Amino acid sequence: MAKKYDAGVKEYRETYWMPEYTPKDTDILACFKVTPQPGVPREEVAAAVAAESSTGTWTTVWTDLLTDLDYYKGRAYAIEDVPGDDTCFYAFVAYPIDLFEEGSVVNVMTSLVGNVFGFKALRALRLEDIRFPVAYVMTCNGPPQGIQVERDLLNKYGRPLLGCTIKPKLGLSAKNYGRACYEGLRGGLDFTKDDENVNSQPFMRWRHRFDFVMEAIEKAEKETGERKGHYLNVTAPTSDEMMKRAEYAKEIGAPIIMHDYITGGWSANTQLAQWCQDNGMLLHIHRAMHAVLDRNPHHGIHFRVLTKILRLSGGDHLHSGTVVGKLEGDREATLGWIDIMRDQYIKEDRSRGIFFDQDWGAMPGVLPVASGGIHVWHMPALVSIFGDDSVLQFGGGTLGHPWGNAAGAAANRVAVEACVEARNEGREIEKEGKDILTNAAKSSPELKMAMETWKEIKFEFDTVDKLDVSHK
Amino acid sequence: MSDMQDYKSSLSDTSSRKFETFSYLPAMDAKQIRKQIEYIVSKGWNPGIEHTEPENARSHYWYMWKLPLFGETDVDAILAEVENCHKAHPKNHIRLLGFDNFAQSAGAAMVIYRGKTV
Repeated sequence: MAKKYDAGVKEYRETYWMPEYTPKDTDILACFKVTPQPGVPREEVAAAVAAESSTGTWTTVWTDLLTDLDYYKGRAYAIEDVPGDDTCFYAFVAYPIDLFEEGSVVNVMTSLVGNVFGFKALRALRLEDIRFPVAYVMTCNGPPQGIQVERDLLNKYGRPLLGCTIKPKLGLSAKNYGRACYEGLRGGLDFTKDDENVNSQPFMRWRHRFDFVMEAIEKAEKETGERKGHYLNVTAPTSDEMMKRAEYAKEIGAPIIMHDYITGGWSANTQLAQWCQDNGMLLHIHRAMHAVLDRNPHHGIHFRVLTKILRLSGGDHLHSGTVVGKLEGDREATLGWIDIMRDQYIKEDRSRGIFFDQDWGAMPGVLPVASGGIHVWHMPALVSIFGDDSVLQFGGGTLGHPWGNAAGAAANRVAVEACVEARNEGREIEKEGKDILTNAAKSSPELKMAMETWKEIKFEFDTVDKLDVSHK
Repeated sequence: MSDMQDYKSSLSDTSSRKFETFSYLPAMDAKQIRKQIEYIVSKGWNPGIEHTEPENARSHYWYMWKLPLFGETDVDAILAEVENCHKAHPKNHIRLLGFDNFAQSAGAAMVIYRGKTV
């Protein structure tokens, strides 16, 4: 029977709280951590989140009656306690797939983390996880090449790849910068990397950088007989300019370029990733600004969501945190989003902070990049945590070697190969790490020197964003 | 500065050429090689042997020695096939791979014999 128009403000839960609803396989599901204002019932707040992130607005409007709102609305279908924290609760919301444009993480996120995050009835709101149905996944382009293609292109098998971010972050001339790359690559690195804030400043315009770095790659390849690359950062003020730089990188034969997907924007990132796929280019993704969104345990977007966004938008590498270095990262949670990057099917696992099963269908995986404050002494733990399908990236841990970048690179290469050899022999490399490295250093003065230089450095601050397990 | 070591590597010094995984470590002895082959077998990967003239090492396609040893789990049989390849092509680089058909990639690769590098 047709409804009558009844103007005014209704309680959200009358329309958007549906505990009896069973989510469909094609629904996009979201888990929010909701911190309500005092005195507002949980069901009402959960329903408000569902409404404000889908079809609802604060008052009934006559045009509601021109559509099938009961079909298009988001549905708050479950509420759960947050272990160890009474100030907030989890709200689960299901959205019908046709609320979202195909292949557009921009559109999904504009709904899910749009106006609702400023909603007055909430003190704070955090998007913990999204389940993208495989029906939606298959509308997205995803990683341009994927892990297996990257290995084949670069002839790297059976070990993690090694990288190094060139420092100082800013101020080097293009020629000196290329020198730093060349030294690292000839010493045994697979990649060097532009720092994220290296774009095209007056001290080093992008085109000079690209030319000098390419010469460094070519010479290091001839010298070592191995394939090499440098993440040429094409992040730019406009997407036209970004594409211009990407085209030039292709013209000079660069195997890999780089983009900052949050500051650069998801629209630009998706465009670039599709171009990379069309042009056989690998794409390294940096995540500047992520900590603004993902560090506060009560407000923002969890990194596992940002990981899924990137895999859908497209990228072959994504920075994941190191667990052991200078930057924030809880081990179990990190293992969770590493799985989200690489695996084809990830099961719900609350001990890793994963709220939903996620099926990636045929979409290729992304290599996690461990970068930030790591050095040779971390190598056994890194190989153990990340396994072969990863990029281990030592910036200061390469360039800070007392004998220079080539020696620093060789030290890391010897260390990673020694750890892989020992792991393959069945040894417990985290436990026996010191023996393994010490033994390898007998035939590598570069490694011996590196071990003496960095022995005492440790980062032992507790993480701010812990998983929600009972820690009362 | 006197303690500082120069990094010895150049275009003209052919000993600068490397061979990917494990090539920055000293050459493995027979026992160590066995353990790496045991690892390939334990993973359920198919061993494969490839070889090339040193001057063509950069190609993705080295020559296949026969076909990959599908289903072979006997380490001695795998080693014997590496030896056969080496006897037939004593001047060539020879590598052993472990093909992971689920990942559609090699899970392991190591050069066991090196010819005279160029």
